[in-house]
Amino acid sequence: MRKIAIYGKGGIGKSTTTQNTVAGLAEMGKKVMVVGCDPKADSTRLLLHGLAQKTVLDTLRDEGEDVELDDVMKPGFKNTSCVESGGPEPGVGCAGRGIITSINLLEQLGAYDDDKQLDYVFYDVLGDVVCGGFAMPIRDGKAQEVYIVCSGEMMAMYAANNICKSISKFGKVGDVRLGGLICNSRKVDNESNMITEFAKRLGTQMIHFVPRDNMVQHAEINRKTVIDHAPEHTQANEYRALAQKINDNTMHVIPNPLSIQELEDLLIGFGIMN
Amino acid sequence: MIDEKDKVRSTEEVISTLKIFRDEVVKKYPKKVARKRAKAIVQSDAGAPPEIQANVRTVPGIITQRGCTYAGCKGVVLGPTRDIINITHGPIGCGFYSWLTRRNQTKPEAPEDPNFITYCFSTDMQDSNIVFGGEEKLKQAIREAYELFHPKTIAIFSTCPVGLIGDDVHRVARHMKEELGGGINIFGFSCEGYRGVSQSAGHHIANNGLFKNLIGRDDTVRGSLKYRVNLLGEYNIGGDAFELERVFEKCGINLIATFSGNSTIQKFENAHTADLNMVMCHRSINYVAEMMETAFGIPWIKVQPIGAASTAKMLRKIAQYFGDPELVDRVEKVIEEEMLAVKEAAEQARKRTVGKTVMLFVGGSRAHHYQDLFEELGMTTLAAGYEFGHRDDYEGRRVIPTIQIDADSRNIEEISVSKDETRYNPRKTEEELKALEQQGMEFNEYHGLMTQMEKGALVIDDLSHHEMDKLIEFYHPDVFCAGIKEKFCVQKMGIPLKQLHNYDAGGPYAGFQGAINFYRDIEMIVGASIWKEIKAPWESEEYVEATFAF
Repeated sequence: MRKIAIYGKGGIGKSTTTQNTVAGLAEMGKKVMVVGCDPKADSTRLLLHGLAQKTVLDTLRDEGEDVELDDVMKPGFKNTSCVESGGPEPGVGCAGRGIITSINLLEQLGAYDDDKQLDYVFYDVLGDVVCGGFAMPIRDGKAQEVYIVCSGEMMAMYAANNICKSISKFGKVGDVRLGGLICNSRKVDNESNMITEFAKRLGTQMIHFVPRDNMVQHAEINRKTVIDHAPEHTQANEYRALAQKINDNTMHVIPNPLSIQELEDLLIGFGIMN
Repeated sequence: MIDEKDKVRSTEEVISTLKIFRDEVVKKYPKKVARKRAKAIVQSDAGAPPEIQANVRTVPGIITQRGCTYAGCKGVVLGPTRDIINITHGPIGCGFYSWLTRRNQTKPEAPEDPNFITYCFSTDMQDSNIVFGGEEKLKQAIREAYELFHPKTIAIFSTCPVGLIGDDVHRVARHMKEELGGGINIFGFSCEGYRGVSQSAGHHIANNGLFKNLIGRDDTVRGSLKYRVNLLGEYNIGGDAFELERVFEKCGINLIATFSGNSTIQKFENAHTADLNMVMCHRSINYVAEMMETAFGIPWIKVQPIGAASTAKMLRKIAQYFGDPELVDRVEKVIEEEMLAVKEAAEQARKRTVGKTVMLFVGGSRAHHYQDLFEELGMTTLAAGYEFGHRDDYEGRRVIPTIQIDADSRNIEEISVSKDETRYNPRKTEEELKALEQQGMEFNEYHGLMTQMEKGALVIDDLSHHEMDKLIEFYHPDVFCAGIKEKFCVQKMGIPLKQLHNYDAGGPYAGFQGAINFYRDIEMIVGASIWKEIKAPWESEEYVEATFAF
């Protein structure tokens, strides 16, 4: 079983990319579980065709300790297993602690057990690594492989670099490794080359360049992944390609985060000079 | 053979070696730590107290004596009041370990009067309360406490996680005050454990809360109009307040409120009807004294009713302040009467105590106050220091303007207090105060611990465990005074330890009867070398060693 965490700046398209990739893997016949680690609980919407999921923490709160795995895990597109960690409403409590609690509960309930015959677990994690709780999937071996969704926009690259800092921190004491950057294009000038270079400097790779296409929006409005909604569309093939590349990926590294100066130089070099 | 440890050394000789000790003890530390700790270890000079580093963050891992901000607010200042329900909002440990551990006593006047200090109220936060916020559970706790006990006042104390997850205890307090109605007073304290460098921050937060939410709520003048005083910073450990109440009553002095030994909410609400504030523990409560002077015009003096002579001095100060010959005579008569038994007990105890040495590392005023009792026993203080004192507690209030406000102090809410428009009433005119000052009375003044100590004696702030080990190893004091965290380590080294936080099982030690109790307890401690005699089994028993033969 490969345990994969998807990080990236807020709004970059982590949930969309994750679900479309998972759809690609499911199509290949892989057994995948998706664990949404975002209090908004919208990480499995496209796989489940709507927000049909009761979150782990809500269930825990309503049912007490007596929780069954079926209460929190719903089958989605092509028999993917969908779980939402959930969390408090904005401005209350501690969402980070919530993620720790819910991952511990999933383990306790045997969600990862061999009899589930999982090929992949995907953690879709909120925003940047904001506190200890949100770093949970990359601590203690919960996830071994991290992919960072980014674009050629400056703030997305800053965020990616920050996430690399925490991977290199936890990587030194644990077995978490960076699998690569997924460039979710924002049609920034010279984007592909810049992210390729950025990845190289970090010691990793740009595993795939996902072009911007309105079909993603159409599919989202229909509460579906592109592969589900328009299987023949070229964008569906992009996600299939990404799924295949992740499936075949063997490049797992501890990244070397850039200094702020290096990062800015890179931006100037690619973004302005050319 | 005379044990090297038992050899009588002159105190002058010992004190002359303390400078070397000071330089030696920090050598063990890493360079940066050594530099920091050296600033907190000084040699006393009553004439010109040197600057000491105090009220700064403890070096992590150094094994400090200190407690947390929550402990200072809930445990120390608000804890001893019997008819307030103190709810700890947090996991159960914080509430449990601050539950009567200071041996505060209280005595309801009638059997039906409420007394909640034997209870421990906590919201017992669980994982899900951390994740989803604990405000609802806190509201529920307040409802339950109200339904069960119908208290007049409920206070909420924040523990560390409450601050981290952002529960707003003040909003909950307002909400519940409205919901329950009927004039119940509910207020919260943002006294999260991490908020200050020690419990001292908690005292300050508690002082602000007392002033904002309790003092001055009830203008009814109760009791005699004569000689109305408050005693601030007395927490009735081991029954201290009972003894002081007895002495005041005997003198005809009208004690309106004690903050907060043997106290009730009504006494706090009424405190502004007194005419003199007496500050006992300067560190924990000087803020209330200052605020009451600004708002109501009540002057404050520092008093020190630990030690028989000091208690007499306090009574004379009160008599001098009110300036009534009737009171002066009565006070003198009481002192004369009380001192008979005190002198007898002191004479008896001094047979064993004179020439002995002591070290005190405790509190924010106790390490100073108890030196009076030891002086009466003819014992010398070789070294002393506070856990959470500030520079003014060591060097005197004159240094306050020079104390730098750091980021940690800014963490504590500042409240601005101004003259109460209707109730401000200066108890003495400027001229009267000046006249009293000329007679030797001092207002708003505390000279600090160092003025009392022998020149050259060691003063150490926030003593670390390593420093304590070395002090004992080098100087073998006859008594070491500290708290429960140090007690058993010190006794295992063969030195008796007297707890001055909770008095072990003893007390009261305040006032005249208290002095007698203290003389007896210390006489017993230094007269019996029980801790030196007791050896670990492997030190005293002969072992027969053999091997199995087959």
